[in-house]
Amino acid sequence: MSTTLSSPPNLLAKSTGNVAGRKLKNIVMLTLCIIAAGLAILVLGLVLYFLLSKGFSSLHIRLFTQLPDNIDTSKGGMAQSIFGTLVLLGVSSAIGLPFGILGGIYQIEARGRFASLVRFFTDVLNGIPSIVIGIFAYAAVVFPLAQRTHGQGFSAYAGGFALGILMIPTVMRTTEEILRLVPFPLREASLGLGATRWRTMWSVVLPAARGGIITGVMLALARIAGETAPLLFTIFGNQLFATHKVAGVSVPTLTAPIDALPLRIYNYSQDVDPNHNAQAWAGAVVLITLILVLSIAARFATRGNMQEEK
Amino acid sequence: MADVTTQKPTSLQDLARAQTSAPTATKILAENVDFYYSAFHALKTINIVIPDRQVTALIGPSGCGKSTFLRTLNRMNDLIDGTRLTGKITLDGEDLYDKRVDVVDLRKRVGMVFQKPNPFPMSIYDNIAYGPRIHGLTNRKKLNEIVERTLRGSALWEEVKDKLKASAFALSGGQQQRLCIARTLAVEPEVILMDEPCSALDPNSTFRIEQLMEDLKKDYTIVIVTHNMQQAARVSQRTGFFLRGEMKEFGDTDQIFTSPKQKDTEDYVSGKFG
Ligand SMILES: Nc1ncnc2c1ncn2[C@@H]1O[C@H](COP(=O)(O)OP(=O)(O)OP(=O)(O)O)[C@@H](O)[C@H]1O
Ligand SMILES: [Mg+2]
Repeated sequence: MSTTLSSPPNLLAKSTGNVAGRKLKNIVMLTLCIIAAGLAILVLGLVLYFLLSKGFSSLHIRLFTQLPDNIDTSKGGMAQSIFGTLVLLGVSSAIGLPFGILGGIYQIEARGRFASLVRFFTDVLNGIPSIVIGIFAYAAVVFPLAQRTHGQGFSAYAGGFALGILMIPTVMRTTEEILRLVPFPLREASLGLGATRWRTMWSVVLPAARGGIITGVMLALARIAGETAPLLFTIFGNQLFATHKVAGVSVPTLTAPIDALPLRIYNYSQDVDPNHNAQAWAGAVVLITLILVLSIAARFATRGNMQEEK
Repeated sequence: MADVTTQKPTSLQDLARAQTSAPTATKILAENVDFYYSAFHALKTINIVIPDRQVTALIGPSGCGKSTFLRTLNRMNDLIDGTRLTGKITLDGEDLYDKRVDVVDLRKRVGMVFQKPNPFPMSIYDNIAYGPRIHGLTNRKKLNEIVERTLRGSALWEEVKDKLKASAFALSGGQQQRLCIARTLAVEPEVILMDEPCSALDPNSTFRIEQLMEDLKKDYTIVIVTHNMQQAARVSQRTGFFLRGEMKEFGDTDQIFTSPKQKDTEDYVSGKFG
């Protein structure tokens, strides 16, 4: 074909050759990408399969409703661990979210040395192994609390403190990134009406970024829900609901030892009792489900946001 | 009538007289304004008198500094790091850049409508109520009143009166821009700055906004940046021509378009460049 054209035959011939080469390269790269993506899914699939095949048979409603039965270990559940994990998520949110979100806002609003210093330190914080944070929480909370209360010091406060610290870098970074995505004209419109920067942030920028921030928070929660190492130093674990009554209403006790799913799974999996081993698998299924729910909720939060900003 | 750029005025009164054929009160006065984005000298010795309750158009090729100048009038440029202004701009005789001036008050008095409609991600009602609310109004009845009055004022009421709770994003581009105008009116400014308010709109919406300006100038001083020569000629009483950061010529719109004094102005308005 190219030979019939008189003026640009070379160009055409050359580009045909290139096209073939490029196509090949394209196909090779695409195949590699597909293989990599497929492997990632395969690994996740294997983990889930393994978990379900081991844990599904021991999954029982008892797990959610009953405390451990120390006489007959084939009975009983881990309701206190699920309860404890939820309490810990609450305490760590109370500690981690204000710092994370306000810190993210600060990164946007304040330019300059201190802001970049803060960012640098949160990046460093993000890299610190969670077990080190656990040791820190032991020294900073467990020990002083034990001295003050003449108790053990292991507590939801201590565990929530450690997990809250672990949340801060993630929440701060996502908050900052999401806030940065809010179009500048929106800010301008508010400032142009005479709003202060604070008011603009509160009434316009944050609502516009709400979905994205919620996503970040959910993902951070999903991450810390499975953390085990910091709990080894901070909550001790127990076999009861850690509650006490205030004005006749049961509330979680934050100053006493508390249980958590990852810790219970860890302990049971180390156990010689096969019933406990089986329950550890089932607990893992529950934990993964909790994390999956948080992750999916995170996706939905973002989707709602996109629709709003359309 | 003297040309400001070639002949330095001796006093403000002279300057005002020099640029005015019919006697009107001066709303905004800029004297020897220079403006810098860090090292970049964006505005050079701008002198201008903006008359009360009239429409002043700013024209000129892209990048000549029209938006920059407009944004000096409500200190929106303060938001950009490294900007610097010398000279003096007064609003009703008060120096805008005086240290004691609260930008919040200033921007309440000098409102702005932007090139692209930028409604907040909330309902139509809340968009308009936002301004009054941030300035402390909570009375539901008064807010309702303001919403209706400003929507009527921006010729949008009939189209949205049944869906005030709907998201502002559900409106068309032209409707959104009129909503943004209503939102600006809601804080009862004295001056409205408009930076190419119609450039993202279809001819019909443009026509409606031009009509609106005609109405608004009874109560408001309007400064509009536009690339559309016909629009400037239609809506404005005064026109300033900017070129490369300088104001080449300023005068009555009729005169700028029919008998410009500067060669550059003539070339520009006749479409030879820009
Ligand atoms: N934030 C900024 N930082 C640095 N330089 C800027 C900034 N904004 C504008 N400039 C420069 O200042 C000059 C004037 O810009 P300006 O936006 O005022 O032009 P304009 O007349 O409004 O143009 P257009 O008609 O395209 O909107 C341009 O050269 C531009 O590159
Ligand atoms: Mg511009």
